[in-house]
Amino acid sequence: MHIVVLVKPVPDPASGGERLGPDGRLDRTASPAVVNGNDEYALEAAFKLTEAHGGEVTLVTMAPATGPETMRKALAMGATRGIHVTDESLAGSDHVSTARVLAAALKDVEFDLVLAGVDTSDGLAGVVPASVAARLKLPYLSYAAKIEPDPAAGTVKVRRISPTGFDVLEAPMPALIACTQALGEPRYPSLKGIMAARSKEIVTKALSEIGIDGAPVGGTVATTKVLGSKAPPPRAATLVVRGTPDEAARELVAFLAERRII
Amino acid sequence: MAGLWVIGEVTADGKLANISTEVATLARTLAAEAGKEVAGVVVAADPTEAATELARYLPRVLAVTEPAAADRPWSMVAAERIAGLLEADTVEFEFVGAGPDGRDVAGVLSALTGWGIIANAVGASWADGGPVVEMSVFGGKLTTTSAFTGSAGIVTVRPNVVTAEPAASAGKIEQVKPTGDLAQPTVKIIERVAEAGAAAPIEEARIIVSGGRGVGPEGFALVKEIADQLGGAVGATRAAVDAGWIPYAQQIGQTGKIVKPQLYLALGISGAIQHKVGMQTAETVVDVNRDPEAPIADFADLVVIGDLFEVGPAILAELRARPRPGSA
Ligand SMILES: Cc1cc2nc3c(=O)[nH]c(=O)nc-3n(C[C@H](O)[C@H](O)[C@H](O)COP(=O)(O)OP(=O)(O)OC[C@H]3O[C@@H](n4cnc5c(N)ncnc54)[C@H](O)[C@@H]3O)c2cc1C
Ligand SMILES: Nc1ncnc2c1ncn2[C@@H]1O[C@H](COP(=O)(O)O)[C@@H](O)[C@H]1O
Repeated sequence: MHIVVLVKPVPDPASGGERLGPDGRLDRTASPAVVNGNDEYALEAAFKLTEAHGGEVTLVTMAPATGPETMRKALAMGATRGIHVTDESLAGSDHVSTARVLAAALKDVEFDLVLAGVDTSDGLAGVVPASVAARLKLPYLSYAAKIEPDPAAGTVKVRRISPTGFDVLEAPMPALIACTQALGEPRYPSLKGIMAARSKEIVTKALSEIGIDGAPVGGTVATTKVLGSKAPPPRAATLVVRGTPDEAARELVAFLAERRII
Repeated sequence: MAGLWVIGEVTADGKLANISTEVATLARTLAAEAGKEVAGVVVAADPTEAATELARYLPRVLAVTEPAAADRPWSMVAAERIAGLLEADTVEFEFVGAGPDGRDVAGVLSALTGWGIIANAVGASWADGGPVVEMSVFGGKLTTTSAFTGSAGIVTVRPNVVTAEPAASAGKIEQVKPTGDLAQPTVKIIERVAEAGAAAPIEEARIIVSGGRGVGPEGFALVKEIADQLGGAVGATRAAVDAGWIPYAQQIGQTGKIVKPQLYLALGISGAIQHKVGMQTAETVVDVNRDPEAPIADFADLVVIGDLFEVGPAILAELRARPRPGSA
């Protein structure tokens, strides 16, 4: 069972250093890049599936030249190899370009499943996986809490989280699945994994090598632009309440009433 | 007819999702500002109920009867049918909710049309022939304004950023017949499972009472009691979800839900950055924690330093002692 995981390097949300540059684009120098949180769940799901059914896990990342640093972390967790799509012109790409490039990159790869994260901590759009699937006419199964392939039948069942519980979806493979944390805690890379990752293959591909040279992608054809940004108004000072539980509760409830919340 | 479209999201039982009434209110306001027409579109096996509800908010609603929506994921079927209608009805901007279904529709529609997406709007106005959209990024650390570079696009709108208000009069509903086969591959829904205790979606709650590791396995009963007393929903941190005390659907944060309630009452929550990004745009944050140094104290409006198992019941008693709103 061959699985591709779409992995996006994002600024580490825990670093507190996320910010935009003067051009309104993400300032990638401001904080260390990590594997997007939801993509780690996709990776974990991929490892469990290949452990159960055999096969390999290939990463596909569209990122600037620094992409491989983050990809090594995913290789250390257990991925087999990586494909890094990079091109100067991709700076400032919007979702349309990103989906187009990822779809093009997947055309030359053999897979039974493509796994992605449901959304990213830097963009939070949660739209790229659906776009990639639609462009490739792959069955799309999103908000996955459980993935059960049946390789003999060539089908996959996915539990999709619904407002009231979950729906069980079924589709033929190959298919694209957007993954959530409900798939289970991602593993930490072992020391052995980290060592092994150093010699794992990361293939770098330019746009010409994925067949979309000359296609309108990247910052110059972005469909959206950032006009400006500002810090939200600062929160008022924190009121600290100590005292007996009864006193504290009275004060808390009075505060809520004063703010007309209750 | 050029203008704005609202994609009406339809639930499994054929009802209009609440978020769509908010999105409709936002789009109607924008259309008035822009001097544009606004319409809704509802795709469902039986669109009657959802279309009727959406028409309370919009002057015109297109109702598409699509039997395939009964046993396939709604968003896939809807996106394709809506893409098919766009040519006949020159739409400029589409508005849809930023929840799972809305995002899936937006993603597929974008692939089929090449339209760009501005995601997670928390507000919008009109300028230079298009919507100017506010978004809260990096977990509320920054508010950005964005616009489309061209004359078409899709906006996904966060829940709870607009108060839904019906229009002065109900709009008219037009039945539209879909043409052609659906070309996207078939995904079948083979079972719909309702989980016991699945609560109302926390994204839509006005008040959220949330529990963390400090609450412990038994403490969530207390959290729920306080939530019920306040007419709110129960939320949680990942620590509580990982421990199995509460379903993942209630998790707030980076890999959970992003919420913006009027009140966020946190019990036994430290306020880790991954949790903070999901709740820090709440209007009022109140926290009960026995550790005065917990990071949540830095961004809460009110912090009670104390043991939640003592303060919690006292809060309940105090709330119960209050005269009920409306009672004499
Ligand atoms: C990729 C990634 C994604 C993540 N996504 C999320 C996410 O979406 N949501 C999320 O919440 N977390 C997320 N996390 C986890 C996050 O980092 C924290 O571990 C988590 O939020 C901590 O939960 P907590 O506040 O309940 O627990 P803790 O940090 O353990 O805090 C418990 C608090 O309770 C207090 N306490 C204990 N007992 C009592 C008592 N009796 N009375 C009063 N106070 C008491 C303690 O003083 C402490 O402050 C993510 C982490 C990673 C790496
Ligand atoms: N540049 C990228 N490279 C690889 N995967 C990506 C990229 N952008 C988005 N994705 C995938 O799409 C998911 C959702 O991204 P988004 O729609 O941007 O929130 C991510 O979790 C990734 O799996």
